[in-house]
Amino acid sequence: MYGMGVLKGLSVTLKHFVNTYLDDFKYGFLWIGNKRYTTEVLPKRQSAEARGIFTVQYPEEVLKPQERFRFVPFLVYEGSDENREYRCTACGICSKACPPQCIWIVRANDPETGRPLRKPAEFYVDIDICMNCGSCAEFCPFDAIKMDHDFELADYDRTLSHIHDIQRLGKPVEYYARIRPSYHASEQAEILAKADKSARAKG
Amino acid sequence: MSETSQTQATQEPSVLTVQDAYGVLLERFPGQVRMDERQGYEGVLIEADSLLDVASFMRDQLGIRYLSSVTGVDNLPNGQLESVYHAFAGLGPALVFKVQVDRDRPEVPSLVSVWPSADFQERESYDLLGIRYIGHPNLQRILTWEGFHGHPLRKDWHEPYYEEELKPFASRHPDGHVYRAEDRNPFGMNLQYPSDFDPHNWTDIAQAAVYQPLQRTALESRLETETMVINLGPQHPSTHGVLRVVMAVDGETVVDLMPVFGYLHRNHEKIGERCTFPQIMPYTDRLDYICSMSTNLAYALAVEKLTGIRPPERAEYIRVIMAELTRIVNHLLAIGFLWNDVGAFFTPVVYAFNERELILDLFEMAAGSRMMCNYVRVGGVFEDLPDGWMEKARRLVYDRLPRFVDEYERLVVQNEIWRARAIGVGVLPAERAIAVGATGPLLRGSGVPYDIRRVEPYSIYDRFDFDVAVRFNGDVYDRFMIRFDEMRQSLRILRQAMEQIPDGPVQTGKKNYTIKVPPGEAYHRIEAPKGELGFYLVSDGRPNPWRYHVRSTSLINLTSLAEMCRGHKIADVVVILGSIDITLGEVDR
Ligand code: SF4
Ligand code: SF4
Repeated sequence: MYGMGVLKGLSVTLKHFVNTYLDDFKYGFLWIGNKRYTTEVLPKRQSAEARGIFTVQYPEEVLKPQERFRFVPFLVYEGSDENREYRCTACGICSKACPPQCIWIVRANDPETGRPLRKPAEFYVDIDICMNCGSCAEFCPFDAIKMDHDFELADYDRTLSHIHDIQRLGKPVEYYARIRPSYHASEQAEILAKADKSARAKG
Repeated sequence: MSETSQTQATQEPSVLTVQDAYGVLLERFPGQVRMDERQGYEGVLIEADSLLDVASFMRDQLGIRYLSSVTGVDNLPNGQLESVYHAFAGLGPALVFKVQVDRDRPEVPSLVSVWPSADFQERESYDLLGIRYIGHPNLQRILTWEGFHGHPLRKDWHEPYYEEELKPFASRHPDGHVYRAEDRNPFGMNLQYPSDFDPHNWTDIAQAAVYQPLQRTALESRLETETMVINLGPQHPSTHGVLRVVMAVDGETVVDLMPVFGYLHRNHEKIGERCTFPQIMPYTDRLDYICSMSTNLAYALAVEKLTGIRPPERAEYIRVIMAELTRIVNHLLAIGFLWNDVGAFFTPVVYAFNERELILDLFEMAAGSRMMCNYVRVGGVFEDLPDGWMEKARRLVYDRLPRFVDEYERLVVQNEIWRARAIGVGVLPAERAIAVGATGPLLRGSGVPYDIRRVEPYSIYDRFDFDVAVRFNGDVYDRFMIRFDEMRQSLRILRQAMEQIPDGPVQTGKKNYTIKVPPGEAYHRIEAPKGELGFYLVSDGRPNPWRYHVRSTSLINLTSLAEMCRGHKIADVVVILGSIDITLGEVDR
C-alpha cells in the first residue's frame, strides 16, 4: 500500500520517543534543576545497552573527558605554587617536534658564568596556533609537558591572553596526577624501578 | 555514451604486469619513452610531444582504463617541472609515468581527452605549480582565484608570514622570544601583487572566468528562452561546507553546472612540505575531518612504503579496527545528511549521530580526541588501546551497531517520498564512472566492484573475509543503499579483527620526533570511506618531504557532478551532491 514505507519509518521514530522515557525510568528518573542525569547514570545511558536518546544539556551537565583527552599543553611543576620546580630542562625537543611551531623557549643562563642551565627562563605556547596534537607531550623525554583537560578557554581578548607564558602554563604535579592517573602511576613506577635498579647496582 | 568508451568496454582486461607494460612501451616508442633511472624512483619518463600517443596506446592497447592521480613536482635544482601520473589497469600496482619539462616553458599535453579524470587534477597542477596543460578544455585556476599571483607549490614561492624554508624554525629555541606573526607582518603588507597591478582600477577576471564557460553553454542550448546563471553556495547548508556550485538553469532545469572550489584552501601541501615527516600527521586529520583515522593511516602507509618500516602485528590490527570504525562513522553521516538534503530535517541525522557519538567515544578513549585523532604513527600507532576499550568496542560491534543498521534501514528505505526523490536520479553509468575517476561508493554504486582493499590489499586486509559491496543502477538510491552494505561488511571485518588481534608492542623501534627517510618517491592509496585516498611523497633524504601531494577523493569524485546533474531539477542537485559524499576540508586542502 502506498504510504506504508512512511508509516513504517514513523513507527521507528515513535519507538525512539517511547524508549527515551522508558530509559528515564529504568535508570532512575531525575529532574533536579536542569539536570536529567547524574554522573553515575550517564555512562549507562550512553552505553551500548541503552535504547533511548542520550543528549546532555551542556553546560549544566558536563561529560567528563577521557583520560587521554588532549587540549593545549601545560607544564608540570613539583613543589608549591610560590616555589615552582618545573620538570622542564629546556632541551627544546617539544619546540622542534611541534608541527605549527607554537612553542617558544628561552633557556636560562647561569648569571655568573653565562653558561646555559638546564631550565627555561621563559616558555610560551601560542594557543591560537596550537593544534592540540599532543606531539609535545608525546616526545618530551622528561614528562615535563602534558596535555590538559581544561577546554573552556573562551576569552574576551584574542591577542596576548592567548599566548600562555610559563606562569600560566605551570600546573602542579597533583593536578596532573588527578587528570591522568594511569599515566602518572606508570611514570612513578618507572622512576621507582630505576631508583631500585641503581640502588642495587651500587649496593 | 561516447564512441571511445564503447571501444573500451569491449577491451579485454589486461593480463600484463606493470614491468611488462613498461617493456611494451619502451619497445613501441623508442626514444620517446625511457625508464626513470633515479635512485628510489619508478616508472617511465615520456617526452612531452608523444605523451598523447603513448597515453592513448596505454588506454586502448594495454587496458589502462583508470587514471588515478595527476600531479606535479618542482625540481628546482635542475630547472625542471615534472608532471606525474599514476594509472591502473584493474588489479595490481600503479603504472607510473612522468613528463619532464623546462621550468620556463612548462607545457605538457592535456590528457583529459584520454582520461576525463585528469580534468580537475590538471587544473590543480596548473594552479599550484604552473604546468600548462595544452588542450585542456577549461584550464583555469581551481583552488586559488583567477588572477592570483604566482604558483604556490613552486619551491621559490613564499607564503605570507613566511619564516623559514623548513621546520623546525631556529627562532623557537634556545632563544625563543615570542611574537605573533600578525604583529610582525601585519595584514596589508603580506600581499604580493604583480608590478603592473593597479588596486584602484582592475577588472574582476575571477568572476568572469567562472561564469563565462557556463554562459556559453547556456546560449547554445536554448536561444529562444532565457537561461539564468545562479549560485548554490558557498554558504549553503546543503553543500556540506563551502562548496560553490554555479549553475546555468532553464526554469528549474539544470542545463549545466560547474563546481567552484577553494573557499577552504589553505595550501595544505605547502604546509606539508615545510614540515618534517612526523609533523605532517596531525595536519592530515584536517583533510577529511570526518574520517581522520583513515587519512592518518593512508599517510603513515605512504611513509612506510618510502622507508620500509613495518608496524608490528598488533598495531596492524588496531589500524584496521580504527579504519573500519571510521568507515562506519563516515557512512552514518553520509546517509543521515543525505536525508537532510531530501528534506527529512534532522531526525535521521540525529539518529545517526547517536551511534557516531559512541564510536567517537572510543576514538577519544584511544587517541585523545574525537575528530582530530592523530592516532596512527609511522611504524605503529600512538599508544596501545586503554583498559576497557575492547569490551566497549565489542558491545558496539556485536550488538548495538548491527541492530542500528537494521533499524535505520527500516526507518528510511521504504519511504515512498525518498524513493521518488532518489530512484533514477543522477545516474552515472559504469563506463563513465571509471573514465571520470570516480572511486568508493560512487563507483561501486555504478556496478564496478572495485575496492582497493581487494585489488591491491594494503595493511592486513588480505586476511579478512568480506564482500565487496556493489549495486548496479548508479543512481542516488543505489549509492545510498551501498553504504548500508558497506557498514555491514565493515562490521564483519571488525568482528574478525577483534577476534584475531594479538598482544604485543604497537610501535616498531623507538619513538622519535624525526625519522630517516631515504631519497625516492612513493605513492600509496587506500580505500578510504569516500573512495581512493592517495598520498604521493618525494623525499630528497632530508627530514622534510620535497613533495607532498594528496590525491583527494572528494575533489576527484566531483568531476562527474556536472554530467550527473544535467537535465535534473535544482533540488536534485542537492541530493546528487549529497550522494557523492564530500568533505570540503579534503576538496580544497
Ligand atoms: S617541555 Fe620537555 S621537551 Fe620541552 S623543553 Fe622542556 S624538557 Fe624539553
Ligand atoms: S599540542 Fe601540538 S601544536 Fe600544541 S604545543 Fe603541543 S606540539 Fe605544539
